[in-house]
Amino acid sequence: MIHQFDAVIVGAGGAGLRAALEIPEGYSCAVLTKVYPTRSHTGTAQGGVCAALGNEEEDSWEYHFFDTVKGSDFLGDQDAIEIMCYDAIRAIIELEHMGMPFSRNEKGLIAQRPFGGHTKPKDPNNPFGERVPVKRACFSADRTGHVMLQTLYENCIKKGVQFFPEFFVTDLIVQDNIIRGVVAIEIATGEIHIFHAKTVMFATGGYGRVFRITSNAVVGTGDGFAIVYRRGIPLEDMEFVQFHPTGLWRLGILVSEAARGEGGVLRNKHGERFMERYAPTIKDLAPRDVISRAMYTEIREGRGIQGPDGTYYLLLDLTHLGPEIINKKLPEITGFARIYLGVDPLKEPIPVVPTTHYAMGGIPTNVDAEVVIDDKGTKIEGFYAAGEVACVSVHGANRLGTNSLLDIIVFGRRGGKKMAEYIKERDFAPLPKDADEWTRKTVERLLNSNGKERVSRIRTELQEIMMDKVSVFRTEEGIKEAIEKIKELKERYKEVKIDDKGKRFNTDLIEAIELGNLLDTAEAIAYSALNRTESRGAHYREDYPKRDDQNWLKHTLIYKNEDKEPIIKYKPVVITKIPPMERKY
Amino acid sequence: MKVTFRIFRFNPETDEKPYYKDYEVNADPKDRVVDVLHYIKNEIDGTLTFRRSCLHGICGSDGMRINGKNMLACSILLQDLGYTDRDKTYKKPIVVEPLPGMPIIKDLVTDFTDFWKKYEAVKPYLITKTPPPERERLQSPEDVELIMEASKCILCACCTTSCPSTWSNDNYLGPAALLKAYRFIFDSRDEATDERLDIIDTPDGVWRCHTIFHCVQACPKEINITWHISQLKKKLVEREI
Repeated sequence: MIHQFDAVIVGAGGAGLRAALEIPEGYSCAVLTKVYPTRSHTGTAQGGVCAALGNEEEDSWEYHFFDTVKGSDFLGDQDAIEIMCYDAIRAIIELEHMGMPFSRNEKGLIAQRPFGGHTKPKDPNNPFGERVPVKRACFSADRTGHVMLQTLYENCIKKGVQFFPEFFVTDLIVQDNIIRGVVAIEIATGEIHIFHAKTVMFATGGYGRVFRITSNAVVGTGDGFAIVYRRGIPLEDMEFVQFHPTGLWRLGILVSEAARGEGGVLRNKHGERFMERYAPTIKDLAPRDVISRAMYTEIREGRGIQGPDGTYYLLLDLTHLGPEIINKKLPEITGFARIYLGVDPLKEPIPVVPTTHYAMGGIPTNVDAEVVIDDKGTKIEGFYAAGEVACVSVHGANRLGTNSLLDIIVFGRRGGKKMAEYIKERDFAPLPKDADEWTRKTVERLLNSNGKERVSRIRTELQEIMMDKVSVFRTEEGIKEAIEKIKELKERYKEVKIDDKGKRFNTDLIEAIELGNLLDTAEAIAYSALNRTESRGAHYREDYPKRDDQNWLKHTLIYKNEDKEPIIKYKPVVITKIPPMERKY
Repeated sequence: MKVTFRIFRFNPETDEKPYYKDYEVNADPKDRVVDVLHYIKNEIDGTLTFRRSCLHGICGSDGMRINGKNMLACSILLQDLGYTDRDKTYKKPIVVEPLPGMPIIKDLVTDFTDFWKKYEAVKPYLITKTPPPERERLQSPEDVELIMEASKCILCACCTTSCPSTWSNDNYLGPAALLKAYRFIFDSRDEATDERLDIIDTPDGVWRCHTIFHCVQACPKEINITWHISQLKKKLVEREI
């Protein structure tokens, strides 16, 4: 079946929904999502969304800008970061006006709390001097993403946005650098649909499921990354994968940084608050890359706690916070600890380990969410990307907590506005013949295969090697081992056989296609990580432990090269106001 | 431990009628029900079909009926169901069925069309008539507290599909939609209270709630839905007077 829409948005998390709200009356817009919109992963975000509102204490968007640049280990593009931090204040007020229920302070203003890496100068007259934590994260208990997602969806219902829920997008239709649409499988029926469009936005979220331990939903399979990569569009800075310090031990379920924002501390097996050694000034509120490395180091040096299954963890101690803070401000995460680990955070510390959390890299875009494919700003006309799948780049080598919910509403909106301009000016570019060929062939191959390989086995082996060799600590040897394994798994993937041969709601088939996406995404991550011979932000090479601005103050662009090694190119980092300096906390 | 999962199966494409299939698995008391469903799908039978996403009770995808009660498969451990002994072989199976009263798409996957229709019927969005101030509208912590519990709702449909009033009347808005109505009626910023009260002041609105409390028992987010509906009734009575 062929549909025609002026705008097609893929993904109904915060970025996609926010973009949809910008498509004007009189123009058609379809939002496709492989789940139901309210199931999107935005809803799992917990701790907050930041803006220098100054509701609790003096703050300025320029401090936020500085923190984000420094947090990015100077790899973030400062023009984009400036736009985001400046626009944050308007964006939060807008969400409030849309109906988002925020926690409030005694003055009736949106309440704010501290979060990792968010600081202000101790002495306002000395902006580059010592910095102290600042209350900048706006929140709704520890369900900030949940209520944001609900609010944006509610506003889409109000506007009458047309949704195609449980439509799994498999391919991008692009020719001569002009977008023409997407191909999707309607999960309920198995039917393949072509969406002919003037403009397409990918807001497809992250790829956490490439790794074994992750806070990401099962649907976080890197679909958007893999689809564009296969179509010859580069991915930017894929080596930068964020590991969040506090995932529930064994499960990886996120325990928000808000727990530390509210006063929680990390301890090792001796009960020592070890972050005092790694980040003497801001301690447990250091950025995530710093804390995750510290935790791995503690475990390596024998100060972790061993569980009955032989794996190690550290402790997140909230016991001194008292029931008022825990029950009012952190109810969800304390619930997780109780349900999944049988731990009552009021009485005992929570076992935690770093968990794969966020993709800093992704589809390269400019500050208006337009996809750009090289260092000259060449666009794919009509193609946009926003949210986690995109790389603007505002997060550089390491994202600060609460900046992701901000990123999606700021750049989702900007992209939506650009799409609105584009559809008014342009006509539909014709569909190529056999636009759905790749999808049809892939589906046929998977349904008819008589191979011996199971999806789950290949997936598990991929997740294990990536967790072991391409996570917090990396070496050339380890990454090469992972690359060899990915090659082997890709070969075996050709022999994958599924049990379900039907058309109706065939999740066996969907998972098999998702596995292909995981493998391609993992390839891009591993090659990018091998290539960057320095340590910066979340990318830590034990064999190159220092940041090397001389050679590596640049963005990676990785291009797929069918059955050969991918091709890597670069583009410069945009530096406007803050020259790179030593990053310590 | 050894335990049998007895799972409702039905593929309208190929099956004349639904049936139950037994899967004997080795499991741990600390496994979530969804972990075992994943194990069955991954290792034994890839045709088993269910929805899931976040795996920690916030996305609302995996509501199902487990041993006769509606719950999220990701938020319940086998030990919570009484399967606590690692070394035991349990005779009593864990029965997994789709949410009741909804059309079956396949196996544990149900059709939410009607559920969303009722959600939309209560105008689930903030309505304001006065222009917003330049900054945020003010709300006291107490104002927000009034809607915080209702805002927790993840729209999993465990409540609505557990309600005998829903089973006996297709037109009843049901607890989830009424809870959403509450969330806006009691939001100090909303300016459409009368319009909203009119929508729920019908025999198929709040008055179909007979305070049976099944919804409260079923809610995985521990929301006291019946209390919220009772506040709506109270508001309607006050309006009458």
